[in-house]
Parts: sequence; structure tokens; C-alpha cells
Amino acid sequence: MKKALLITLCIFNLGVFAKDAVPLADDLLTEQRLISISEEMRCLVCQNESLAGSRSDLANDLRREIRTLIKEGKSDDQIRNFMVERYGDFVLYRPPVKPITWLLWIGPFVILMIGIAGLFVYLRRRNSNVTNVTLSADDNKRLDALLENEKKEGKASS
Amino acid sequence: MKAKFLIPLVLFVVLVIFLAIGLNRDPHEVPSPLINKLAPSFDIPQLAEPNKTFSPASMQGQVWVLNVWASWCVACREEHPVLVELAKSQMAPIIGLDYKDKREEALAMLSRQGNPYVLSAFDADGRVGINYGVYGVPETYVIDKAGVIRFKHIGPITSDLLNQKIYPLLSELKKS
Repeated sequence: MKKALLITLCIFNLGVFAKDAVPLADDLLTEQRLISISEEMRCLVCQNESLAGSRSDLANDLRREIRTLIKEGKSDDQIRNFMVERYGDFVLYRPPVKPITWLLWIGPFVILMIGIAGLFVYLRRRNSNVTNVTLSADDNKRLDALLENEKKEGKASS
Repeated sequence: MKAKFLIPLVLFVVLVIFLAIGLNRDPHEVPSPLINKLAPSFDIPQLAEPNKTFSPASMQGQVWVLNVWASWCVACREEHPVLVELAKSQMAPIIGLDYKDKREEALAMLSRQGNPYVLSAFDADGRVGINYGVYGVPETYVIDKAGVIRFKHIGPITSDLLNQKIYPLLSELKKS
């Protein structure tokens, strides 16, 4: 009896925790396009989230708007333009290449080039710092003697 | 020779300056692409009189202020006295855009805190807000006689902003 009561309670409880489903487009294709477009966009409320992943109210509204645009037969570029016209390039995770973003796009490569150039200059300077000295015949003899000694001592100790 | 030891120090100082600037900038202040563009048109019911509509076209020839607000928005309550001040100055008519709100609650807030708006348009589903690039209520736009957006502020406007930016801009726009 107790068990039956518990089970019925559990079943009825399910309804309490259920929430409204997130609105989805009727067809899968629209939804897939929505995701592929909105994954590349920034949610403006929680800026570290993509528009596809954000649960903020505005993101919901914007996804609804994009869904309508898809149904109206707009191309991906047209939809992207729709968003950029309203929120600026900031919504795009991949900013377009134009004069104002040149620094952003090529800046890292410029810094890399400066680094490589610096390394080059440093290496060349270091090489030229090593002075070549030609040994005289006397020096060579002394050197040979020293090496010879070293070898003998090495053998003796081992 | 001595200068060589200073290079890391200089680089460090430059880095610190960049970081300091970065920390002091508000990432929520996104430059609006709508500045110097025509204010998007709309025609939606008014808040107080739902059977009447409001369209920005009816403001043609006037310098006016569009303020996006909602009764659920805490910062709007904070901003409200400043708007009342602006309305009292009679520098420009303020039109409200009541964004994704409930009619009764919005009207209750206006009767409680005073109504600085000539009228408010009622944007129930937030579509007009999207066309204006709204992403954080309150937002304020200054629109000139030709219907071009000349200034946008995101977040509550303050008395300082009013005095330093908005009043001078309004009087300049009214002259032209």
C-alpha cells in the first residue's frame, strides 16, 4: 500500500518539475542552419557565450528572429548582415577583414616577423663576436702534449 | 650598454599600460553601428492607449530622445529621476520604448515614479528593440530633425552625462 502511494506520488511529481520546451523550428533543416549561424555569433548579454548556447532572453529572441529569416528564405550572408546592421561586427566571432581590423588580423604575424628579425640580428652579432685565432706551431705542439697527457691519465685511472 | 637593461622594463611598462586600459574599459559598451544612420521605423501600440500607435515618422522635424525602459529593469528605476530632470528641462521630448514588459506593471511604475515620457510605445515581443540593437535596458538614443540617430548610450544615464554630453548635443542639433 505504502509502495503504491510512493509510486503515485513520484509520478505526479514529474509534472511539477516539467518545464516548457524551448521553442524549436518545425523542421530539422532550419534548426541545423540556425545552429550553424548562431554558433558563430556572440551573445551580447553574456559575451563569452555564443548565441547558440546562451539562455538569455535576448538570445532567445534573436534565435527566433533568425528562424523567421531562414523561413523567409534568406541566405546565411543576409542573416549575418541583419545582425551586423543592428549590433555591429562585435556579434561575429570571426571579424571581417577590413581596414579597421587589419591590425587584428595581421598584427600577430607582424609581431612574429619582428621576433624572427630580432633573432636573426642577435645570432649574426653573436657569430661575429667569436674571434678566430690561428694557433702557431708552438701552440699546437703544447696542445697535442696536453691532450696526450689527458689520454694517458684517463687510461691509468680506469 | 645600460640601455639594454632598460628594455625589459620598458616592455613591462607598456604591457601594464595596455592591461590598465583594458581593465578600465567597459566590455558592454559596444559601439553601435546605428550611429549616423536613420532610426529604424516602426508602428506599434502605445503603452497608455493601446488603440493608438506610435511611429518615429511622426517626430520628423524635431530633435527627440528615445529611451528604452522596462518596469522589470532595476537600472531603469535608478535612471528614472534623471529622465524626469531631462523632461523638466524641456530640451527635447522623450519618447519611451517599453521593452518586453507587462502593461499594468509599466503603468504602475510610471504612476509611482513620475512619467517623463511624452508617450511610451509598447514593444511587447522585443522586435523593435532588436531593430534598434538593444541588448541591455536602459538604452537612450538622441535622434535629430531628419530622423538620424546621433547618439546612443547603453546603461542608465546620469546627471553628469546629461550636463556634459546630452544637453550640449541637444542644443547643437536644435540649432541646425
